[in-house]
Amino acid sequence: MATETTTRARLRWGLLDAVVVVFALIPVLWIASLSFKTPATLTDGKFIPREWTLENYRTIFATDQFVRALVNSIGIALIATLIAVVLGAMAAYAIARLDFPGKKLLVGVSLLIAMFPQVSLVSPLFEIERQVGLFDTWPGLILPHITFALPLAIYTLSAFFKQIPWDLEKAAKMDGATQGQAFRRVIAPLAAPGLFTTAILVFIFCWNDFLFAITLTSTERARTVPVALSFFTGASQFEDPTGAICAAAVVITVPIILFVLFFQRRIVSGLTSGAVKG
Amino acid sequence: MSERSEQTAVRGDGRHAAVPTQRSRPRRAPLSENKKSERRLGWLLCAPAALVMLAVTAYPIIYSVWLSLQRFDLRFPDERAFVGLENYVTVLSNEFWWTAFGVTALITVVTVAVELALGMGLALIMHRTLVGRGIVRTAALIPYGIVTVVAAFSWRYAWTPGTGYLANLFSDGAPLTERASSLAIIMLAEIWKTTPFMALLLMAGLALVPEDLLKAASTDGATSWQRFTKVMLPVMKPAILVALLFRTLDAFRVFDNIFVLTAGGNETSSVSMLAYNNLIRGLNLGIGSTMSVLIFIAVAIIAFVFVKLFGTAAPGSSDDERR
Repeated sequence: MATETTTRARLRWGLLDAVVVVFALIPVLWIASLSFKTPATLTDGKFIPREWTLENYRTIFATDQFVRALVNSIGIALIATLIAVVLGAMAAYAIARLDFPGKKLLVGVSLLIAMFPQVSLVSPLFEIERQVGLFDTWPGLILPHITFALPLAIYTLSAFFKQIPWDLEKAAKMDGATQGQAFRRVIAPLAAPGLFTTAILVFIFCWNDFLFAITLTSTERARTVPVALSFFTGASQFEDPTGAICAAAVVITVPIILFVLFFQRRIVSGLTSGAVKG
Repeated sequence: MSERSEQTAVRGDGRHAAVPTQRSRPRRAPLSENKKSERRLGWLLCAPAALVMLAVTAYPIIYSVWLSLQRFDLRFPDERAFVGLENYVTVLSNEFWWTAFGVTALITVVTVAVELALGMGLALIMHRTLVGRGIVRTAALIPYGIVTVVAAFSWRYAWTPGTGYLANLFSDGAPLTERASSLAIIMLAEIWKTTPFMALLLMAGLALVPEDLLKAASTDGATSWQRFTKVMLPVMKPAILVALLFRTLDAFRVFDNIFVLTAGGNETSSVSMLAYNNLIRGLNLGIGSTMSVLIFIAVAIIAFVFVKLFGTAAPGSSDDERR
């Protein structure tokens, strides 16, 4: 099985590949197809649109409801990603490199958070955020996003950090650099690919969030696209929002598709190294 | 650029496996001043992450226990009072809670079992395929990356009579208005979305299977099924357990798909859905918090059972050994 490269084996693998690709893509193609259908053909049940239109996209980009949500989604996910990667990198560096009591505890705590049922936080966070004025604000969503992204960031980054040639750091220190300088000038550039991969994984995680976004927001001030989608009603109450929902869904799928297309290797190596070898 | 990153990852794996004790503790004669500053730096670097994680999880969950002991309905804030375990009695004697619990358990068990089988297949394909490895990996990452709500809408419209391409597959009715078919569709959506993640975790385990061992087994006349069960599975056991643990706990939290597909109608609510409804629709903070605490306990029990059953293979412990 491992070495034979007969045409037969190739054909069999090709067939299996095709099954996987079709299975993975059908739901995505379907919602894209719906988003390009005209209102008249929307309910014809055909997989491929008979009449193509960009009307649905024009509609959603003309509404404040969607544009505000898109800005919220992008802003919240980017800020949360940035903070989570910075905090995660600091902790991961300490875990990979330094010897200090409490290290195991931190690894254990992050593991617990990774397994934590997020819905258990919904009620208390709702009440706490209302009291301190974070309810329905960007920081009110960014904080829980960071929290649940941190274990992912710490695990992935410490796996990456363990592969860096640390002798270079020692050399820098011999040349008179402090530990902090050695980290910034020597290790950080080497760690950049790992940081980038982690940032993609964390962004995907934040981008995907629905539970926190729907419980900790109440207006367009901080509502993200996944939540706005579930509230779409169409321009008037007699209008079917299906086309608009599908167009909005496609818009927030585009970044994911781009990430996957361009950084497939990184995402795979990040997920596999962080998850098991931690 | 990306090619290089994969290479280093692979090289790193080898190093981990081959020389696990390379980074043994005392790197040089311990200078106490050096040691102290290393400790300080370690704590300093970890403090922000640890503080955020604890502030957003530990404090609220304790607060949630406190809230769960009160009668606290936001529509009637004046009637707030300490009621002891009354909320727990209310929830645990409520049939909706147990229905939701049953639905959650059913979804968890079925989806994780199917995902393990499909995920193993997908992992083998991604790991061993002779053609189009990049294409198949890229395609498999799409369900992993896509927003769950988006995928859920796609499935919802696919099964909507008139609109969808799947609606008339089994009957002329509306599948999302009947309980059994709704649950099946929820599980289908979950499986589609999370099988790739399971496969990636399993693939990490597959990468640890020594190629020589497979060749040796093959020379000794082992069939491919024997090579799979006798050579691959034992090596992969830790990876399988990690994947199972993470997916089980994740499946137990099922919310997004149910919200979009059925909104919990026809008794398809999960415990998460029920807790959400009590809080946002019902504005009952006392009952909502009680459910939060109960879900937390349920998840803790699942995690505990996994760790107890599989002992050293649990993620935390194997991690420490390797270091």
